[in-house]
Amino acid sequence: MTDMLAIIGRLRPDPGAPALWHRPGLLVPLVPVLLLAVATAAPGLFTGLAPDAIDTDAILAHPGPAHWFGTDQLGRDVFARVVHGTSLSLTIGLGATLVACAGGVLLGLAAALAPPVVRAILVRLIDVFLAFPEILLALLVIVALGRGPANTLLAVGLSSIAGYARLVRSQVLRVVRSGYVEHAVALGEPRRTIILRHVIPNATRPLVVVATIGLGHAVLTASALSFIGLGVVPPVAEWGALLADGRNYLDTAPWISVLPATVVAVSVIAITILGRGLQDLLAGSDGA
Amino acid sequence: MPGSPRSRTALAGLAVALQRLGVILSVLWAAATIAFVAIKAIPGDPVAILTGGENIVDAAERAALVARYGLDQPLAVQYARYVAHALAGDFGQSYQYRLPVITVIAEAAGPTLQLAGAAMVLALGLGLASALVSAGRRGWLRGVLSGLELAVLSTPVYWFGLLLLVLFSFTLGWFPIIGGEGIPALVLPAVALSLPLAALLAQVLRDGLEEALAQPFALTIRMRGVGEAALRLRHALRHAALAASTLAGTLFAGVLGGSILTETVFGRSGIGQITIQAIRTRDMPLLLGLMMLSALASVLINLSLDTLYRRIDPRLRRTAP
Amino acid sequence: MTGVGADPRGPALREEAGATPVLAVEGLRVAFPGRSGPDEVVRGVSFAIRPGEVLALVGESGSGKSVTARALVGLAGARARIQAEALRLTGHEDRALDLLGLSERRWRAVRGRQVGFVLQDALVSLDPLRRIGQEVAEPIRAHRLLPRDAVAGEVQALLARVGIPDPAIRAAQYPHELSGGLRQRALIASALAGRPRLLIADEPTTALDVTIQRQILAVFADLARAGHGLLLITHDLAVAAQVADTIAVMQHGVIVEAGPARAVLADPRHTYTRRLLAAVPGPGTRRGWLSRAGARPERARDPRPAEPILEIRDVAVRFSRPGGAVDALAGISLRVRRGETFGIVGESGSGKTTLGRVVLALQRADRGEVLFEGRPWSTLPERSRRPLRPRIQTIVQDPLGSFDPRDTVRRILEQPLRLQPGLAAGQRAARAAELMALVGLPREMLARQPRTLSGGQRQRVAIAQALAGQPDLLVCDEPVSALDVTTQAQILDLLADLQHRFGLTLLLISHDLGVIQHMSDRVAVMKDGRIVETGTVEDIFAAPADPYTRRLLAALPALPARAAPEVEAAAEPIVPGDAAHAPGLEIDA
Repeated sequence: MTDMLAIIGRLRPDPGAPALWHRPGLLVPLVPVLLLAVATAAPGLFTGLAPDAIDTDAILAHPGPAHWFGTDQLGRDVFARVVHGTSLSLTIGLGATLVACAGGVLLGLAAALAPPVVRAILVRLIDVFLAFPEILLALLVIVALGRGPANTLLAVGLSSIAGYARLVRSQVLRVVRSGYVEHAVALGEPRRTIILRHVIPNATRPLVVVATIGLGHAVLTASALSFIGLGVVPPVAEWGALLADGRNYLDTAPWISVLPATVVAVSVIAITILGRGLQDLLAGSDGA
Repeated sequence: MPGSPRSRTALAGLAVALQRLGVILSVLWAAATIAFVAIKAIPGDPVAILTGGENIVDAAERAALVARYGLDQPLAVQYARYVAHALAGDFGQSYQYRLPVITVIAEAAGPTLQLAGAAMVLALGLGLASALVSAGRRGWLRGVLSGLELAVLSTPVYWFGLLLLVLFSFTLGWFPIIGGEGIPALVLPAVALSLPLAALLAQVLRDGLEEALAQPFALTIRMRGVGEAALRLRHALRHAALAASTLAGTLFAGVLGGSILTETVFGRSGIGQITIQAIRTRDMPLLLGLMMLSALASVLINLSLDTLYRRIDPRLRRTAP
Repeated sequence: MTGVGADPRGPALREEAGATPVLAVEGLRVAFPGRSGPDEVVRGVSFAIRPGEVLALVGESGSGKSVTARALVGLAGARARIQAEALRLTGHEDRALDLLGLSERRWRAVRGRQVGFVLQDALVSLDPLRRIGQEVAEPIRAHRLLPRDAVAGEVQALLARVGIPDPAIRAAQYPHELSGGLRQRALIASALAGRPRLLIADEPTTALDVTIQRQILAVFADLARAGHGLLLITHDLAVAAQVADTIAVMQHGVIVEAGPARAVLADPRHTYTRRLLAAVPGPGTRRGWLSRAGARPERARDPRPAEPILEIRDVAVRFSRPGGAVDALAGISLRVRRGETFGIVGESGSGKTTLGRVVLALQRADRGEVLFEGRPWSTLPERSRRPLRPRIQTIVQDPLGSFDPRDTVRRILEQPLRLQPGLAAGQRAARAAELMALVGLPREMLARQPRTLSGGQRQRVAIAQALAGQPDLLVCDEPVSALDVTTQAQILDLLADLQHRFGLTLLLISHDLGVIQHMSDRVAVMKDGRIVETGTVEDIFAAPADPYTRRLLAALPALPARAAPEVEAAAEPIVPGDAAHAPGLEIDA
């Protein structure tokens, strides 16, 4: 999936498009991202209703002024559940991305810079893990550890380590073979200095973009796991679990699924656009 | 390679084939090892784990299992046996379906292959069209298409599924709601599954086209009086195809992961459904079989694309294998 | 401004005097939209090319010469605004074609059919995924000139015409399977396939070795003799001198001087042409500066030539390639004396760059060793060599690639300073400022990113960085190959001046015989990983002993002897340490 993240992040800068950053359009995705932050920190600002409050008078109520996103089969307010689910969904996404990045950076650096034998073994290992679709690896982790928020986080994070590791490794190799590293050798810089001052900073730079977009995709994957009933389980308010809940009422009350899914989509799109803006910014300061 | 003796070419071909076989075997071996480690990592009664715990196992079955996996043997023997069985394509019995794993998977593969095939064809068509009409053009069309693709790539597959269902099945009643057979039942799932794949393909193809069109040779071709359409179709598209072929693994993962979700949304049977069932019921033999086969498929796809890559790019042929 | 075509006495006219020009350009203007209004890069250019005439449009980068050429086939870019009083082409059957305001459709009928275009490097200018035959046939197909079954024969005839042996075999091959010379010939063949009367060649020999360049230029001369009109775009006056009947010198979008080739080269009227000619290094420039008048100071000769600063003993390097091992260096021995400039000249693939890397201990030698000041160097373990590394520094062709992309000029200069023990932050800053003055850059540039600087400025930063460690030996690998000739002149002058001031030893690696001849005391000629000949510049250039050296020198396109050597200005004394007197202080834009 990191291939996909790299493509979305345009690791090769886009020659045709004007820098997104210089356009006020980039402020648009900032709005949803800020809203997400507020919903995480203080969900009470958006809704006075509790996510688990059951209103038996309003079962499967249409969206309206009283219930913006309608209510579900138990009479719970869908909007309140989405708002209160934000913090859990984002935490899982963020945590998974951190796990993936940290693991990926360590493994990737080792696979590029360790002694030859270790290096060869690690490269093979990364290749093997890459032969499995990430979703299968995530499911395997779920089988081993069971369902639940923490395990979903681990499953999404662990399953994408190999992709990040390969990205980091290829970036390290790119930098190690670059003219400026060779030049630093000729200047007489010690190996340690070269790795710390040139290799690591330059090799991990593209990671910023990939990780931002990866955050969005971690949120997607986690919600997908919950959606198929293997991630976070209802009645916990989590985005994917909400959708799974509403699947049986698609004909009578499509809002239970469709509106939360729209929130997920808008959030991830916003994070992605932000990530790409970041890439344009970096490319601008890099000239690469 | 023109000019080189036939026998040498044949020998080189054999070496390539052997090397590829080695790659396939090593990936399968590693896959089996990961599966083995995963089983051993789960705490509890090994027989219960193998059978998912919820499946009823009588004493005879239990003894057969112990014998088959050598659960009374040292770990090394268990591992060797497991890998040997797995490499021979023998993954054992599925506890839930009470059938050999291979049979279960083979039965489920049909609908999934239909879905994946239809989705890939759609994705290729959409992606190509979007990339070809907008590559290297300034103006609104490129911006709109590229932005749309970005949005699609960031949208959950199930969202498209839900929306399509609500719109075309529940509201308009054009397509069957859940399950169903034949072409009409295939349309909505294939569309839902194809959209993200198409978006990804379009982005990569457009990048590849634009890179090719910016090369000096594109200028040379324009200076020969060749039209823009011919330049794109006859020259630039080959270069873009090279860029797109590196996507094979990502696309495969996208199809597999996407079909799990799509099959759930549309209530279709297939690989996705048996995967979810295998996990729900902890049907380990089935799950391990699925893993091995997906690893095999992914390796085979990458290897065949490698061959395709050499076919498209003559510069790689000389340095073969 | 002189319109070339307006000069009826041009030698170009030959027997076709009075013939209608194949191309007549009057008052051509090309503008691109810029930040503050349109940015005019071609500002009223006029010339004409008659059948059989070669017109060379000579200029440095940014002069507008390439844009002019592309405007003639309607490919100056979608945003280009093109105006002209007249833009006339004489097409097939002497039909007059007005190129002004053509639709894209009409332009396509002109490209390839009425005008053939040859670009620089055929490796990238031919589609790498298609066979030579398909590439050459493309104009025939695009303009539907021949029935399908006649195309293959025509392609082979075209390949044979540009001097490609075994055309049937070559047509089936891919561009990367051909040598650079054959590839460039194939590119020319594809430009000829539509049987255009006018050929435009944009830097057609720039990527080629001199011996190949000579052959390609001969192909162009043949084509002109066969009646084609030829517009040759080049930065290289010597190339123009070799084939052009008429030379037009372009600067800032204007033709500043034009006329018969011999007249322009021997008796330049415009100051820019003179400056351009003076900047070309070669036999006549050894005692003087290139970027200004005056004589260079004599170098102090090493009183102890027996003790070389650098000794290379029987060094061999072998690279394994898919097709078998290749000897990049096959036993090289030479001695470099302290304070001299030792030139290494060779064509691409001769192993000269590998030799430089071995000297820098960036490439391990498979055999032999390098001694520095009589002590082991290449055989030292890296740990013991590292403290000595500042004494051998390097300047490369592309300095941008040797700078960490995150660094400013200040950090680049401080990079070697940090390695010097006991240098406080304040001292480093002061030293960085000093280095900037030394290479003639303003101190304000310390805060800049190198990619915002011009090529010449970047090379100055690279030189300053190399000097920071107070080296004894500078390995310069093609230090000026990417630069325009006037910038090249400034950088070469700067190197010569710094060498004089600090007693540096230079190991100068270049493919450019003129640069080597101008700068070096002694020279080694390399071919296929071996040194074919070593000696003083005077000996080698005057009386080459080796047949390869002779071939190389013969291929060198030479400028005619200059009419008046510039001796107006007396030699200025160089005051050491006084940056204001450093040559090349004028900052290249």
